Amino acid sequence: MQKLDVCGLSCPMPVIKVKEAIDAGKLPIQVTVDAGAPVDNISRLAENQGFSVTKSPVEPGIWLLEIE
Amino acid sequence: MDYKVIFSGLVVGALAVTLTALGNPPNMGYCIACFLRDIAGSLGLHRAAAVQYIRPEITGLGIGAFLISLKNREFRARGGANPLMRFVLGFAIMVGALAFLGCPLRLVLRLGGGDINAITGLIGFIAGIWVGIIAIKGGFNPGRAQSQSKGTGYIYPIFLVAIFVALMVRPDFLFFSEAGPGSMTAPILAALAAGLAIGIMAQRSRLCMVGGIRDIILIRDPHLLWGFVAIFAVTLGGNLILGEFNLGFSDQIAHSAHLWNFLGMVVVGFGAILAGGCPLRQLVMAGEGDTDATVTVIGMIVGAAFVHNFGLAGVPGVGLPSAGQIAVVLCLAALAFIGFGHRFGAKSSSALKEVA
Repeated sequence: MQKLDVCGLSCPMPVIKVKEAIDAGKLPIQVTVDAGAPVDNISRLAENQGFSVTKSPVEPGIWLLEIE
Repeated sequence: MDYKVIFSGLVVGALAVTLTALGNPPNMGYCIACFLRDIAGSLGLHRAAAVQYIRPEITGLGIGAFLISLKNREFRARGGANPLMRFVLGFAIMVGALAFLGCPLRLVLRLGGGDINAITGLIGFIAGIWVGIIAIKGGFNPGRAQSQSKGTGYIYPIFLVAIFVALMVRPDFLFFSEAGPGSMTAPILAALAAGLAIGIMAQRSRLCMVGGIRDIILIRDPHLLWGFVAIFAVTLGGNLILGEFNLGFSDQIAHSAHLWNFLGMVVVGFGAILAGGCPLRQLVMAGEGDTDATVTVIGMIVGAAFVHNFGLAGVPGVGLPSAGQIAVVLCLAALAFIGFGHRFGAKSSSALKEVA
């Protein structure tokens, strides 16, 4: 599985990076995210396009999203 | 469909109307730019006697976002993605907002109160967001924030508590308006409670006034826009019920210099896109431990001080002084340089990394 780290990026960069990855056919992909808003935005983007998203918290303020 | 953002919008709109009924200025039940300007005035950073008050709504908003992010394990101190640029963005956003007389949230409240002057502001706001998206698509990227020590993230909440204590103690060195918008205030505890509620709701729903329009244009996602629509709907309904709806160009805390309402909100929309969120969202992110957002907030406070020290603010019923017009044009130039100059931060590059 490919990995994408969008930690520390301001909105809307995280969701743009994930959209680029999806458009480039890089799924399944594991995305590391460090803020709640991009977690929601990325999940919504992927789910709206029919992909499944598994969200797991790593530590306070860090999540892993698996999109496939 | 996630209804959190619609619910948040309804609560924010209802509380804004309620705060106005409790004493806040018309169509200014809740305005981030106006309230930061009032705080700057109360701290003596500017001496515009009509706009000096420590707004408990601002303390409540940040503390609400702080506490709910701690509870949900979302609080994390982070920063360092071009803080100086964020200061400039916050400064410019405030110059634009005070030319128009309101942040994006008050823009919606003004529309819901029947202030037609706000329509050109809305068009400008959308235009500014659109220009900001062009900058992002062209490679603008402020860079990557790093983790910081937890205590750094507490600085902003501590500041908010300190100014609230100052409001309760009212030491002689603070300034409080005796007339004008700064003297029109809801009761302290009601304002604090409303702020807390809005901070919690906005943190949970990610409510963002620029995010709504940005996501429609950028990724065809209307989700956040529903918050914007909900605020408008409930303020319109609330104002009609309370008999506060006043359709027209005049008798508003606003002016009819349409070009400057438009350009002021272009600055706000463009600046907020580059900063990663509207003024409301900046305050929420600052509460969540994002110290870059805190720097943006400081930029807004200092910007408000400059605006009133140099007479750059829009004057209700009159227009925008020529000095303010020059300031708006200079801010547009600064934003164009930041957004399109690529002098700050790294250019966009694919962050995809293959697993070894």
